Amino acid sequence: MHFTINGQSHEVEPDIRTSLLDLLREHVGLTGSKKGCDHGQCGACTVLINGRRVNSCLTLAVMHQDDDITTIEGLGTPDNLSPMQAAFVKHDGYQCGYCTPGQICSAMGMLDEVKKGWGSHVSKDLTNPELTDEEISERMSGNICRCSAYPNIVDAIREVAGADA
Amino acid sequence: MSNSTNLTMDKPTPTSLLDTGAQGLIGEPLQRTEGPLKVSGNATYAAEYALEKVAYGVLVGSDFTLGKITKVDAESVKSLPGVIDVVTDFDSFARNPQQGGETKAPTQGVEDVAYRGEIVAIVVAESFEAARDAAHRVVVEHDAPKAEGRYDFETQRHKTDKPADDQIPAHFSQGDLAGAMAEAPHVLDVTYTTPSQNSAAMEPHATTAHWDEDGILNIYGAYQMPSSDKQQLAKALGVSASKVRIIARYIGGGFGSKLGIAPEAVAAAIAARQLGRPVKCVMARSQVFEATVRRSNTEQRMRLGADAQGKLTAIGHDSLVSNLDGEDFFEPCGMATHFLYAAENREINHDMVRLDWLLAGSMRAPGEAVGQLALECAMDELAEAIGIDPIELRHINEPDCDPETQVPFSSRQLTRCLDEGARKFGWDKRAAPGTTRDGEWLVGLGVAAAARGNMLQKSAAKVTINVLGKATVETDMTDIGTGTYTILGQIAGELLGIPLEDVEVKLGDTNSPPGAGSGGSWGAGSSGSSVYLACENLREQIAEKMGVAAEGLTLKDGHAIGDNRRVSLSELVGDRGLSAEGAIAPGKQEKDTRQSSYGAHFAEVGVNTTTGEVRVRRMLGVFAAGRILNEKTARSQCLGGMTFGIGAALTEDLIHDPRNGKLVNRDLAEYHVPVNADVPQLDVVFLEERDVHANPLHAKGIGELGISGAGAAIANAVYNACGVRVRDFPITLDKILDGLPAM
Amino acid sequence: MKTFDYAKADSPEAAVAAVGTGTKFIAGGTNLLDLMKLQIETPDKLVDISRLDLAQIEEREDGGLTIGALVPNSDLAADPRVVEHYAVLSRALLAGASGQLRNKASTGGNLLQRTRCYYFYDTAMPCNKREPGTGCSAIGGFNRILAVLGTSEQCIATHPSDMAVAMRALDATIVTLKADGDRRRISIHEFYRLPGDTPEIETVLEPGELITHVELPAPPKGNQIYRKVRDRASYAFALVSVAGVLSVEDGKIASASFAFGGLGPMPWRDAAVEAALVGKAPSDAVFEAAATALLADAKGYGSNDFKIPLARRVLIACLRDLTGAAS
Repeated sequence: MHFTINGQSHEVEPDIRTSLLDLLREHVGLTGSKKGCDHGQCGACTVLINGRRVNSCLTLAVMHQDDDITTIEGLGTPDNLSPMQAAFVKHDGYQCGYCTPGQICSAMGMLDEVKKGWGSHVSKDLTNPELTDEEISERMSGNICRCSAYPNIVDAIREVAGADA
Repeated sequence: MSNSTNLTMDKPTPTSLLDTGAQGLIGEPLQRTEGPLKVSGNATYAAEYALEKVAYGVLVGSDFTLGKITKVDAESVKSLPGVIDVVTDFDSFARNPQQGGETKAPTQGVEDVAYRGEIVAIVVAESFEAARDAAHRVVVEHDAPKAEGRYDFETQRHKTDKPADDQIPAHFSQGDLAGAMAEAPHVLDVTYTTPSQNSAAMEPHATTAHWDEDGILNIYGAYQMPSSDKQQLAKALGVSASKVRIIARYIGGGFGSKLGIAPEAVAAAIAARQLGRPVKCVMARSQVFEATVRRSNTEQRMRLGADAQGKLTAIGHDSLVSNLDGEDFFEPCGMATHFLYAAENREINHDMVRLDWLLAGSMRAPGEAVGQLALECAMDELAEAIGIDPIELRHINEPDCDPETQVPFSSRQLTRCLDEGARKFGWDKRAAPGTTRDGEWLVGLGVAAAARGNMLQKSAAKVTINVLGKATVETDMTDIGTGTYTILGQIAGELLGIPLEDVEVKLGDTNSPPGAGSGGSWGAGSSGSSVYLACENLREQIAEKMGVAAEGLTLKDGHAIGDNRRVSLSELVGDRGLSAEGAIAPGKQEKDTRQSSYGAHFAEVGVNTTTGEVRVRRMLGVFAAGRILNEKTARSQCLGGMTFGIGAALTEDLIHDPRNGKLVNRDLAEYHVPVNADVPQLDVVFLEERDVHANPLHAKGIGELGISGAGAAIANAVYNACGVRVRDFPITLDKILDGLPAM
Repeated sequence: MKTFDYAKADSPEAAVAAVGTGTKFIAGGTNLLDLMKLQIETPDKLVDISRLDLAQIEEREDGGLTIGALVPNSDLAADPRVVEHYAVLSRALLAGASGQLRNKASTGGNLLQRTRCYYFYDTAMPCNKREPGTGCSAIGGFNRILAVLGTSEQCIATHPSDMAVAMRALDATIVTLKADGDRRRISIHEFYRLPGDTPEIETVLEPGELITHVELPAPPKGNQIYRKVRDRASYAFALVSVAGVLSVEDGKIASASFAFGGLGPMPWRDAAVEAALVGKAPSDAVFEAAATALLADAKGYGSNDFKIPLARRVLIACLRDLTGAAS
């Protein structure tokens, strides 16, 4: 099978049952995407598929051979962090770090959704939502952080969103 | 000169070098040094080491609750493509995880299944997919159980035993509680219940086990306390501890669940030995719920008696907790009740209900987390019964020394935390229950005190300065998200005058000096002190090289300054560098003073008048925990604790089916930990404090302070909002519904 | 997860032609793979329909919308036509799952979500839906999240979807392609089946029948609401949810359409509720009567008893909102 991950081509022959998450972690050596529950209930495995945030544990690798897959490793490196990664460091938007790659990928996808004008469960007006703290919290609720860096995650995302706006 | 400095805390340490350091690192809100690795996916957790020929292990849990295994039918799955073997060892597999800090093996022996989900075998395959499939298919045959199962706390609650004294005595009595209750003009006698809970760390328990060519077992494991875990595992496997090395550089959260060796490490090590190749084993999330450790459910009867002015004359705190047969750990609900409030007549008891549920053990702030739900709600109820403000009630009952032992408090600013918080939170706006409305929501405020006992553990570290003038800190202490990497770097950098970026901290490897491990909020105080002592030794060595007295030495920006000279550390230490070890141990100060961190929680909640849904709108924690080493990571610890408090108060409920002991909600969809939308922008304030009795850093524990009392503030706010007092946690909407105004 | 044959379909016709015994279609996969990992679903073959050309939302001449079965939940919720004319559907979708899951989950798949009953998810426990004839563990067990309407002695599972509740209130029609190449249109009101003695059969779909589209009729008149009650603020299944569409003319309720989540084995709708409303002037007494009509046959099983008073209160609150009546 052929995959495009962080702009690089990979030829891999995984088991047909291999999830995209397990492909990344066990076959391609990209362990930044995390397995927290393996059932779409925590968000630690969030990656971007063609720019959209998705739980990589709940999709088969074989179904994504034609897609552009972006993982946390594709967003920035320790020496060259992306603005969102740097904001998470600055605002202490993590503790143990295990949910963090998923949070950051999710935040990237989420801001793109906001740019497209997508509403959320807490939007009063679905056509023109404003990115309040409440909105950020709701939109990031698919990423559980048991250490509970939530307030700091909101701070980090708000800062990046503000800089973008 | 010896290159090691040891300290046993028999006496206070009136001065701390942290107050005279010149580097300016201490207390600052510095970013985590390992942050760039974590945010880029480059921090390496237990299941992420690329080892040659690693095989995948998936655990098989019992799908029955009690009975003796007659057969593990492995043959049928061995023929599946990719399956290497099905490994079990009835005698050696761990039946339960071990508790933290123990040096004995975990309880072993899985043939007689003691609870549903007990790990009885491991399937090893060339791929995770093959191993997972095979593990589902393995049939475990068993006899009928000899005894009837004890699955229902309600039907078993009258059959108790008195557990052995543990962190606190199981039973304690002073004065005449019954007599005082009979005489007191104001009495409260109510019972609170809390359910089993799960730590639910985001990283499931995971081990990669590799026996190398020298016969050393290398364990890449998600473990909070490698020093003692190594001993536990060695004993479980029947090998010398010198043959086991645990590496735990990054741990995806623990909260107590990874204190002791768990079944996956034993199974992976046995399978790896048997197959002669590395085995990686990550527990499925359902197995983390079923076969690691839970916080015990509790039933807590609170009795408070007070005189007309609100002065407590009686405090009774009787807890029923649960655990498996043969397990000593009891949830020490009364931990802080021993010293939080004055009252002459006191009884604090814990009795054990034996149940065939999975192991009960430590989860973040064992004792205080659920004990203060009961105590601090009871204080709120008493205040209302007397008709005084709950903060005033705590002022009235503030003891001037430990109310049981009469020893002084090492430091205590509970009332200041309450007063400061009241001012900042707008406590004066609190109205009568059920009278504040915001649209469809009833709004209320609540307060609770926080206390978490401060502990010191033996801990050692080695610090080296190399020819480049850079420092390395080595200890098998861990960073489970607490900030250890950063604060140990700060301490070494401050004392050695080396910028933080030039201090490398190496953690989580048992080849390094044994650290305290992460648990009981003792990490910073204990391992920080060991680094402090090693650096103190290095300062003396440097002073000697400079030819000045250590007191006359200033270390800053990689240079030693003294006697009107400024010499680079690089030059001073030379090619051979300098190294020193430091070791701290608890001593008489533990008994000579009552040591605890304190705080006050304030919560504003909304209760929906239609549905009874509760939402936390604002929350403030004011804390005093000695010296704050890093304002940023300390604050994060408190945010995390407070959020655990939100979960305990409102959502977390691990349900055991009373028919068979099986966990009903063993996934993250139905075991509800708070999500981002449940948590507002929490506010944290630290009060300035130094504790000279705690350790040379003058810092106390903070990781568990944030949870202690947090849920009670929320519960009290719920009452204030809607006038419904729920004593059965969590406060889900169904428990409020009946008390809401008619539609 | 048992291994399976995998085939990618390039047209709906090819997809249904590829169906053999034990075949499942996979689109988003968010529910199917969840269940396959637990070996609750064990298909022999997966037909990948994710790349079929069924991801458009189109307006029809009658003013309604035709939604391709592969339109992701996110896109459906955000579609300006849906937001403007079928807000109840947008709101329902946005109340479900998480941003990530909504990006993947398809319209067709969402309709076919299986229950979240704890015991359905536990292969060590009897469950008539998972293994017919083994019994229902939820009756006499812990059933906080389970049904109080439409249950049987064999099953008290709830349907977990939010989207489908809104679609039921909107009188959606499900368009399918059968294995023999025939197309059919099924009203959502006839799409789901009560558990009765066969809780394993949840819809009227035949083996190998593929959902290709969902049609919404022309936008309904009046106000729309979706209200979901759950155990945490987000990322949780409904305890009770209400999808409502209601119009008032000349001081009287002219039309009303209500569907409910969390109460029954299917997105629940009861004509008696609407009968209690239409033609009446909005008042608490009328709302109470509607709630009474809804819950007349409700039966609690212990830990889910609270759903009955909860549903009553939520419905009344929704009616007040929709009619602008103050409490």
